[in-house]
Amino acid sequence: MNFFLQLVVTGLALGMVYALVAIGFVIILKCSNAFNIAQGHFVLIGGYLGYTFLVPFGLPIWASLILAIAVAVVMGLLIERLAIRPLVGQPELAMIMMTIALATVLEGLATLIWGGEYKTYHGVLPTVTLKLGQISIPPESLIGLIVSVVTVALLMALFRYTKIGLAMRATAEDLQVVQSVGIKATTVYAVSWVIACVVGVIGGMLLGGVSGVMIPLAEIGLKAFAVVLLGGVNSIGGAIVAGIILGVLENVAAGYLDPLLPGGGLAQIFPFIVMIIVLIFRPYGLFGLVRIERI
Amino acid sequence: MPGTFQESYAQDMAIFRTPLQWGMLGLFLIVLFTCPLFCSDRILTIMTMIGIAIISVHGLNILTGYCGQISIGHVGFMAVGAYISAILTAKLGWPFWVALPCSGLAAGMAGLIFGLPSLKIKGFYLIMATIAAHFIIIWVVLHLRSLTGGADGLTVPKPKIGSLVFMSKASYFYLVMVIACLATFLAVNIGRSRVGRAFVAIRDNDLAAEVMGVNLWSYKLQAFFIGCVYAGVAGSLLVHYYGFASVDQFPFMDSVWYLGMLIVGGMGSTTGAILGAVALKLLDELVTVVGPVLSAAVAAQAAASLALITRGLILMLFLIFEPRGLAHRWGMIKAYYRLWPFSHEESE
Repeated sequence: MNFFLQLVVTGLALGMVYALVAIGFVIILKCSNAFNIAQGHFVLIGGYLGYTFLVPFGLPIWASLILAIAVAVVMGLLIERLAIRPLVGQPELAMIMMTIALATVLEGLATLIWGGEYKTYHGVLPTVTLKLGQISIPPESLIGLIVSVVTVALLMALFRYTKIGLAMRATAEDLQVVQSVGIKATTVYAVSWVIACVVGVIGGMLLGGVSGVMIPLAEIGLKAFAVVLLGGVNSIGGAIVAGIILGVLENVAAGYLDPLLPGGGLAQIFPFIVMIIVLIFRPYGLFGLVRIERI
Repeated sequence: MPGTFQESYAQDMAIFRTPLQWGMLGLFLIVLFTCPLFCSDRILTIMTMIGIAIISVHGLNILTGYCGQISIGHVGFMAVGAYISAILTAKLGWPFWVALPCSGLAAGMAGLIFGLPSLKIKGFYLIMATIAAHFIIIWVVLHLRSLTGGADGLTVPKPKIGSLVFMSKASYFYLVMVIACLATFLAVNIGRSRVGRAFVAIRDNDLAAEVMGVNLWSYKLQAFFIGCVYAGVAGSLLVHYYGFASVDQFPFMDSVWYLGMLIVGGMGSTTGAILGAVALKLLDELVTVVGPVLSAAVAAQAAASLALITRGLILMLFLIFEPRGLAHRWGMIKAYYRLWPFSHEESE
């Protein structure tokens, strides 16, 4: 039983990380109807930024966070203006390929600037390890939980109560109608990319503090897509729930099935298997909107 | 009146309509197949790699360019073909000319399995399914150690047909080029056939296609099957060239890069698939030449990042400035030449 609970708790931690990446993805999708493959790379950049500001620059945590967010804002604005805006109105594939290209460039930049090496700043961020009985709660889960909850609360408020948030939702619904009532679509796009960048970078900073930063950190983005699909692509709450479900499932399945399989490593592909199953049986996820198509 | 006039249906349907076009084709084939006489081994290697890429991109073009089913798992299907061919020749001792079609069929079967979700989903959802396919395939390859050698890889014998062994670079060049030409010929004709037209209808609007009587279930799976057969053959040729099969030859980013070739070349055009593969493979070569120089001059990691950044930037620039690819530009150049000194066709 203890083994099971430990697996669940570790899975929760993992799920929170997935959820963090997934949230950024859902925001872009909700606002500009673009599937952002590069979300995992925002996390990667965030991790390296956290390292740069905390270790070589030696800044305090609050200053590093503010600086990292500032960089994220600039990055989001640049990406939106240079890469995304020229593609408005192009087919879906063009946008997806653009974000893939973006991911490639970001990975290249990370390699160029930070050498693609393993960087760690463990112990710089406050880490809390709690013990409940015999089960230890890993610090990732606490940090992830806190950041996710705060982010989600802020975003929910944004989408429900602020003018720009409502404009963002409306833009996702129908670009032409939005433009005809005088909402500037370009502003909406810019804001949504900035938010996604900021969320990704914050997530990356926290993750980097826990597990270190390296290029494969970006691959967490790929796995997070399983979360996004399971939760439904346009539901922020769904991303959180699905993140937890998938993280726990993955960990429990790996814990019990790996000893049976030669070589193990089930955790690496578990999200993808879930992804295929979800896609076949419930393509719009648990909380997603079913898209109705007309000819 | 200048121009070529079609007076019969056969003439209208012909791929090569004028003696000039036939002459160009003949000249191209003669130059291509005499390359080993005057090219160095290095250039032959590059051309062989381009040939393999062309075969693979043709498959992706049929699947993504014609049928609109975007796949970022193409390299995974190449790996299926590669490993089937490797296992058949190395472990079971089957002859290469049997193993090669088998590798295509096996990859096609894998394509059918992972193409199943395409019946319910499209666009981004399908992309996710194909990404999942890639990782699942690679995982299976790594874990079937007794068959595939797992992470250690598998030594593959050089291909042999009868008493002819493809040992030298030149002989392998001929093998790949013959298959690439056949693949191109088939791809052109698939695009013009009933199947190809159905693919295009599905790409443009699948609901409308279904209403018109195109069987979505059958044709989408056919697209996956054909596209993956091409991938399997290309994968088989790749590992037989190296004489070694390992999962490192099939990285995930290569799938993205094949899609990039398709975009740079132009979706839904056989010419585009060829142009894209040639252009981007040459770009890769350029990067491998420039990279070390840059590494020495700037920083050690410059070479690795240069490859990534140029790839990404090229893709971005094409998406923004030339979304219909090199094939479209090539068509415009041809039209300009045909219409000169007039700048417009009357009907347009």
